[in-house]
Parts: sequence; C-alpha cells; structure tokens
Amino acid sequence: MPWVKADRDLCKGYGNCAMTDPDVFDVDGDGTVLVLRESVPEADRSRVEAAVRSCPVSALSVQDE
Amino acid sequence: MARSAVIIGASVAGVRTAQALRASGYPDAITLVDQDPLVPYDRPPLSKQFLAGAWTTDDFSLLPAGQADRLGVEILRGRRAVSLDPGRRVVELSGGAALAYDVLVVATGARARPSPWPVPDRVFVLRTLSDARALRSALRPGRRLIVIGGGFIGAEVATTARDRGLSVTVVDPLVAPLARLVGDKVGRYLARLPGRYGVETRFGVAAEAVVADGAGLSARLSDGEVIRADLAVVGIGTVPNDDWLSRSGLVVDDGVVCDERGRADGTGSVYAVGDVARWYSPGHGCHRRIEHWTSAVDQAACVGQQIAQPAGTPPLPGADYVWSDQYGVTVQLAGSTHATLEHHWVRDQLRPGRLAILYSKGGLLRGGVTVDWPRAILACRRALARRAPVAEVSRTLAGMLGSPSGAAQPRTAAAAGGRGNHRARSDAGKDASETETASRSLRAKPDVVPEPGKGR
Repeated sequence: MPWVKADRDLCKGYGNCAMTDPDVFDVDGDGTVLVLRESVPEADRSRVEAAVRSCPVSALSVQDE
Repeated sequence: MARSAVIIGASVAGVRTAQALRASGYPDAITLVDQDPLVPYDRPPLSKQFLAGAWTTDDFSLLPAGQADRLGVEILRGRRAVSLDPGRRVVELSGGAALAYDVLVVATGARARPSPWPVPDRVFVLRTLSDARALRSALRPGRRLIVIGGGFIGAEVATTARDRGLSVTVVDPLVAPLARLVGDKVGRYLARLPGRYGVETRFGVAAEAVVADGAGLSARLSDGEVIRADLAVVGIGTVPNDDWLSRSGLVVDDGVVCDERGRADGTGSVYAVGDVARWYSPGHGCHRRIEHWTSAVDQAACVGQQIAQPAGTPPLPGADYVWSDQYGVTVQLAGSTHATLEHHWVRDQLRPGRLAILYSKGGLLRGGVTVDWPRAILACRRALARRAPVAEVSRTLAGMLGSPSGAAQPRTAAAAGGRGNHRARSDAGKDASETETASRSLRAKPDVVPEPGKGR
C-alpha cells in the first residue's frame, strides 16, 4: 500500500499537492503541508503520485509498505 | 517499427510529460532529448537556493539516472532538435541523427531575452544552470549589483544578492514593476518591499545603456543618473525556443499554437507543453503562452494522459498559479489578477505581514494575490476551480485570521468580507481600501499566535 511522506522542513507552502490531491494533502495556517492520510489505497496511487510530482521543492514522496 | 514517444526538452515540462505518460500506462518507448549535457534539473532554485549556495545540483535534479531507468525513459543529452517533418514523423537532431516518432512532444522552453548591453563577465542573465553558476561566482560580498528588470527573476536575484552581502539597486521603467501582473495598487504595495529589505530601487526610470567602466560598469538611466556597479543582471523576459520549427508547418506565433489540451494546430501527433507552448484557453477566449512552473506540470499531466489514454478526456489545466520568494516574503498569485477587476484586501491585524487581495467580477472570484499566506492562496485556487463567489472566499479567509492553525476556524463565524466604503487613495499606502478584518473575538490570543513568515 502506498505510504505518503512529507518533509515539512523543505515545504514552502506552494500548495500544489493540496490542489492535486485534496484528500491526502492540505496546508496549515503557517503555510506548511499537512498529510491528512499517510496510507492511501492502491487505487489512489496515481493521484497521490501526481501530487508528489507537483511539488516544486520535492518535499513529498510515496513509498511502498 | 516499434512505437515511440519522443519528447524534445528535458526541463520540467518535458520530464513531467515522460512521467505522466508512464503514470497513465503508456507502454511504448519514450525518448527524452535535451541540448543540455547535464542531468535534467529544475529551474526555480536557480535564482534562490542554488544561487544562495544552499543547495547543490543534487537537490533539484528532475530525473536522476536511476529513476529514468525505472521509468524506461531513454535520455539523449547534448543533442538539439534542428528541424521537424510532421508528415514523415521525423525529428532531425544536431549531429545529423534523425528520430522517428509516433507522438512528439515539443518542450523546448524559452531562453532569457539577451541583454541589450553585453559586457562579458559583468552583465549576466539567469536562465540555465551554467548562467546560475557564473552569476553565483560573481556574487561576492561587498560588490555592487544592478538588476535591470523588476519582475520575479529580478526580485529574486536582488534578494539573494542582498542576502549574500552585496549592495543592490533594481531598475525598472515602471513605477510599480509587478503592476503588469496585479494592477497598480497592489503593484505599489509590492514595490515597497525591496526598500524594507535594504535593496535600492530606481522604479519609473529605464536603463538606457550599460557600459564597461574601469573594472566595473556604468549604467545610464533615462533620468540622467549614472549608477556605478561591479556587475549587472538583466531580467527582461524570455523568448520561446521555437525557431527550429519555423519550416515544419506547425503554427508558430511566439510559441507553438495548440488547442486547449496541447495538440499543435494542424497536426495529429505533435503536442507542445511548457514555456514554448501557446495553448488555447477557453476561459480567456484566446491562446496564451504561460511561463509558470505549475502550468508546465499541469500541461504535462494533460498531454501525458491524452497520449496514453486516447479515448479519455483529461482535465484541463487549472487556473494560472505562480509564486515568488522575494525580499523576505512569499508572493503567490492565482487566476486572473488584472487591474480592471474589482479587488479588495484582507489583512490580519495580528500578523501584519500577511495579506490577501481578492480579484472578482460579477460577484465571482477571478483571482487572488497573497503575501506570506499560503493557506489563503490555496483557498483562492480551490474556489477558482469551483467558480465560487468572492463573498464565500472572503468569509473563508476571515475565518483564518489570527488563527494559529488556520485550519479549524468556522467559516461562518465571520461577517467580514464586504468591500467597505473607502475609496482607494492612490498614494496613501496600505490601508485605503482594505476590507475590515474580522472582529477581535474571532482571533486567537496574541501570545499563541506564531510569528509570521516561515523562518527563512
């Protein structure tokens, strides 16, 4: 099952992840990524991977568990 | 012959297209061609983290070799596309080789508009990694830098140079350089940022000449002033790399003219993405060449999916979105922020650096600009995607005011968001037409409110 990781130190709050996959990502009041669900169903893999590719500072990754 | 997709250009638009093809199940060969001999890299850090010396090239590689192998993407580096024959589906490369394709994606990007005043080793542009390397080695503490052009690149270079201990002057013919994007009033607000950051400006005057002067430079401005400096950076826009297509039969007009999903006009098998592409925008009723990173990623996703799944209809790219880290703040723009739209300001009195300007027409949100308020620009982008009324977005933002988390405030709790009765005063500075912010009772206590900014 895909497992989502975010590096909150790298995050700059650009928000593309939260636009691409709002079920998994949000941005908090300080402008840093929030991961709403760390493990996502296999069926949602392509969307979460698209969200990872939309990050301008490569702060996100998807790993397999 | 085996089927294949050929992508010309391995910057973000080209690389993301290759990734989107695979993500959408494209089974055939993918070849990525780039004139740069280097591993594909991303550009936004060139004016920021890389120029500052904080990141190395490993930190912003777009497609490390291992990943290219895993994806089954062949990269031809150091090869330039020189001509295209869409009838025969062949692209000719520098050195004489020819590549046959079933589908071609043009992602050749744009180049920096060259300086009208070339002075070797003293006048720089910033577009490529080698530009950034040359400039970085010239940005030595104590030197004097002139930045010509007060747009995003100019502002980011000025910021990085100031951080590195140079004295910096930015010159732009507009009194408010970003007014081109956001209108006069917001532009004037943003034009005050460099001064607060210790960067000098000469806004409203043009540079007329830059010449070698001793070991340095002299820049002559349109008001007669002469500024001496050690080096200059010229950031005056870009030129699309579409020259190689001039005899291809594609429609080229300051970029490759495409339909609303990136198919080049007049072809069945050529697409264009990124800075070189001029897509039809149904929302604007015209073709537009957009140079934003996020647009390149959106376009790549759209084209990749379309090629891999020809029976489907991929979603159109979202509203324009761009950010800039400049003068110690993050400026973010979404949607349409044209001066002719109605706009009103939302401020957070407890976090004074934080600001949002909502642009609307007929009661509908059309765009937004934020300063140091990422959650607000996200709210704007989501509202733009569902064509929400501006009043609703205004309430959402009011609900975030002064909130330490910004996430849990009830949206209905605030009555703020009206346009107020004030007329904007053009030179009065910051407060003339801003929306009155939500009542104090909505906000968290000051002592639990975090510091503004993100600690850069």
